Amino acid sequence: MIVIIGNGISGVTAARHIRKLSDTPITIISSESKYFYSRTALMYIYMGHMKFEHTQPYEDSFWDKNDISLLYDHVNQIDHTNNEVYTEKGKVINYTKLIIASGSKPNKFGWKGQDLKGVQGLYSKQDLESMELSTKNISNAVVVGGGLIGVEMAEMLASRKIKVKFLVRETHFWGGILPKEDSEFVMSHLNKHPEIEMMYNTELDEIIGDNIVEAIKTKNGETIPCEFVGLAVGVSPNIDFLTNSGIETQRGILINNNFETSIPDIYAIGDCAEFKTPIIGRRNIEQVWYTGRIMGEQLANHLFKSKTEYEPGIWFNSAKFFDLEYQTYGKVSNVLSENEDAFIYTDQKSEIHLNFTFERETGAIIGVNTFGLRLRHLVFEKWIAENTHIEKVISQLSVANFDPEFYKKHEPKIIDQFNRQFNTKLKLADKKWWQTIIKSTH
Amino acid sequence: MNENISITGDYTNNKTSLLTKVGIGIFLTGLLLLVFSYQKSKDTNLIITSFTAMIVGIFLFLKTEKLNQGTIPLFGKTTNIPQKLGLISGFIGFSVLIIAWIGVELKPQSLFFAIATGGISLGAILFSIGSYSGKTKGIKNNNVWANSLSSRGILAWALGILLTIFYIQLYWFGDMLSGLTELFSPFSFVLRGKPADQWFVYGTIYSLVILFLGIKFIFKYRHNRYQIIRTIVVIISQLVFAYFLPQILESMNEGGGYFDRDLKNVWPLNYSFGDANRLNAMAQPTKVGPSGTFYFVWGIVLFLIITPFLTYIVGKRWYCSWVCGCGGLAETAGDSFRQLSSKSTNSWKIERWLIHSVMVFVLIMTIGILWPYFSGKDYVLSIGTITKNSYYYFTIALILLSSFGLYFLSKKHNRKVLLVGSLILLAIGLLLTIGYLTGSQKIFYLKSSSLKKVYGFFVGASFSGIIGVGFYPMLGNRVWCRFGCPMAGYMGLFQRFKSRFRITTNGGQCISCGNCSTYCEQGIDVRAYAQKKENIVRSSCVGCGICSAVCPRGVLKLENGPEEGRFETNALIITKEGVKLNN
Repeated sequence: MIVIIGNGISGVTAARHIRKLSDTPITIISSESKYFYSRTALMYIYMGHMKFEHTQPYEDSFWDKNDISLLYDHVNQIDHTNNEVYTEKGKVINYTKLIIASGSKPNKFGWKGQDLKGVQGLYSKQDLESMELSTKNISNAVVVGGGLIGVEMAEMLASRKIKVKFLVRETHFWGGILPKEDSEFVMSHLNKHPEIEMMYNTELDEIIGDNIVEAIKTKNGETIPCEFVGLAVGVSPNIDFLTNSGIETQRGILINNNFETSIPDIYAIGDCAEFKTPIIGRRNIEQVWYTGRIMGEQLANHLFKSKTEYEPGIWFNSAKFFDLEYQTYGKVSNVLSENEDAFIYTDQKSEIHLNFTFERETGAIIGVNTFGLRLRHLVFEKWIAENTHIEKVISQLSVANFDPEFYKKHEPKIIDQFNRQFNTKLKLADKKWWQTIIKSTH
Repeated sequence: MNENISITGDYTNNKTSLLTKVGIGIFLTGLLLLVFSYQKSKDTNLIITSFTAMIVGIFLFLKTEKLNQGTIPLFGKTTNIPQKLGLISGFIGFSVLIIAWIGVELKPQSLFFAIATGGISLGAILFSIGSYSGKTKGIKNNNVWANSLSSRGILAWALGILLTIFYIQLYWFGDMLSGLTELFSPFSFVLRGKPADQWFVYGTIYSLVILFLGIKFIFKYRHNRYQIIRTIVVIISQLVFAYFLPQILESMNEGGGYFDRDLKNVWPLNYSFGDANRLNAMAQPTKVGPSGTFYFVWGIVLFLIITPFLTYIVGKRWYCSWVCGCGGLAETAGDSFRQLSSKSTNSWKIERWLIHSVMVFVLIMTIGILWPYFSGKDYVLSIGTITKNSYYYFTIALILLSSFGLYFLSKKHNRKVLLVGSLILLAIGLLLTIGYLTGSQKIFYLKSSSLKKVYGFFVGASFSGIIGVGFYPMLGNRVWCRFGCPMAGYMGLFQRFKSRFRITTNGGQCISCGNCSTYCEQGIDVRAYAQKKENIVRSSCVGCGICSAVCPRGVLKLENGPEEGRFETNALIITKEGVKLNN
């Protein structure tokens, strides 16, 4: 019996791929929801784009059909000497292999008043429900934390005509990740939304209120009245329930590159896992939807196919800042290193922005940030893996274009600017997208 | 608003609860009553009861759906001034129509006609300005599931019932629309020099709605050029090809018989193409404009050559979401309802059975009415004559060719159902041959005129019209297109088995949010493919492009490319040895 704690993307992907490879019984335990749902869609439920059941990727009948048992319960103890898991409702489940995929919880850094009503993060279904209740008929809110969840909370609140004051500790939005130019491009998009007021260089000091939040105070001394505070200052592995389990933890559950914890037959994947030796260029804790999915699939393969180590491949991620789409492939550091150079293209009118990072010596493409212009994942994955020269990337850029048909083509202007900046004579290549992916991968 | 309903729904797991079963039962009873009403020569009470039963059945079936967070008021804090003005203007225009409809005499007609059409048009424009101007371009689906109209609230049911009544009267009780025909008569005289009839009223309202709600649609989706261009083509298709051009051409050729002059209305959607009186009319020389011969030949070329060819290069979207009138209304007026389509695998099963059954039905019906016509006398056109023999040889050649084609595809794609289609065609060919050899005109057991009447009543009127549009606010905007349209079925076979069209998934970027599936009007579970990194190639996809437009990560792209690799998971494996395609 494989027991999986957590029914998020990591746990469910592991279960699905295990089922593809084996008939072994699988039980998924979750105390968050009965069925797997996509938490990336929580914001759309709030804004009325979808109902909760639309965010469930599989029909309810899927689990029975695939012989995967679901348990809506909370694990409060793991007895690894007897290979048993104890739940709140009194169940005792024996396992041959245990996979912990318990995800994250929003960070709180000990602010005064952080446990008042109307102060919360956004991670789980329960967070969404309490946010819905706390923001009924309010007019003013504060969001703390200039990152991905913060901007989503701001968009959610703005959709209900709630005035938002958005506190960002750094000088730039998502300044820890985005290069300055990219960040400023995002910031100018945020400025197009009068419902939100960006407050850079502003840190939360304390939260004021009796039972419910009434105001916050910043470290600059300003008091801002508000009826809701969204805390979006990062997440941490959700591992409190493992304190007496004997499993080694630090910030997260410590694992080697085979997802093995310190206890045999117990594995950890996704947000809750912490790599003892992270993959080069990657963090020790990866708190991203995609890596959770990849880890789930690779753990299943590791257990039932071939004992390969975690190999996440070329880094990729995506986000959306209000109406601005963002994709990234490879590594674009927020500050260039010695051997790196960058080619940046901005078109404010069309609202697109591209930032290509490449090795100065060899010209090999290292990564790209793209805003407002969709790029083909497979093409950039291939180009980056093969250390393709930046000149080839730029001249063949139309091959990587993933915008819908009839969209304005920006490649000629991009090539022009590249030619001017780097003194080259590149021409727009006449290749079709399929010639790059299908025909040339032998 | 019930404070205790959670935003994540407090739902019953019980899909087959009693209420669902009762709902299905009542719906099916309604269908049965419809059949009885046909046999009793369209008994008014039976017709009304049958559609009422269908609506009640749907209501009960949907009642078991999970509760949502409640509806926001139409005229409250969430609507701004232009939106409120737009709603008022639209309401005034709409009310004039209703008042005329129930028989109140409104004079002067021109003035009230102007108030009705002007009020609705201006209302749409004002509402669009209020909803979309001053905001950044992007996805505009806030509160879709909290608005009464778009989430099966009271407004939706009221509209659905109103539309259903209108369509029932349009098809079978035209004199009950005399109030509206009188209101539209001055305009009819201006446009074509004769009084209005119910079809003129219908065509005019239809075109107006597509135009102004099309403008609203363009405003809403202005972040997406594909949507803008596609909708402009839809509006032109309707206004020019379906409305103005035919009116003008008809009025220039008074006296001849009637045949359809909409260049884009093609068999099998235009199931009256083979009607005896229309064929007669097409054989007559016309005074001005394209001759009937032209329309006859054009109709055949459109069906046999142009349709398969265009579907091969771009998929069936060239017709279904760019040109077709049903599609045009669905995309513009029906935009508020696209998220109501069912995504369940059960619906998909029903869809496949139903749409292919209608295809067989229309084929049998058409050959059933063409055979007595062409075997009875020679059909003389300006370019040549069609004799009994030439009709037979042409038709049997087509049947054998398509049967062969389906057989070949069934082997290539290992699909038994295509083999079934192939055999059905052979059976039809056999019956036709027996008729040819014996001289019999009744080759399909029923009289040809009965076949046509049954098809017209159940498929043409009830399915395509009344249920197709009347049930927009309850079941979504593409019920006919998805479950019934034989044209869609025909093109769908090509799209699925022999076409360059696909919706490409952008590698591993899908976050499984579900927006694509939710907003797919054809009930395709797009997310199921995207999250597995698979491309979407489905016979029912009409290429509206909305899935791509509402995806928050730009994961989907409608495009045409080589047939090779159309379906595959286009994932690459990056290893230390190099890059390979993941097969």
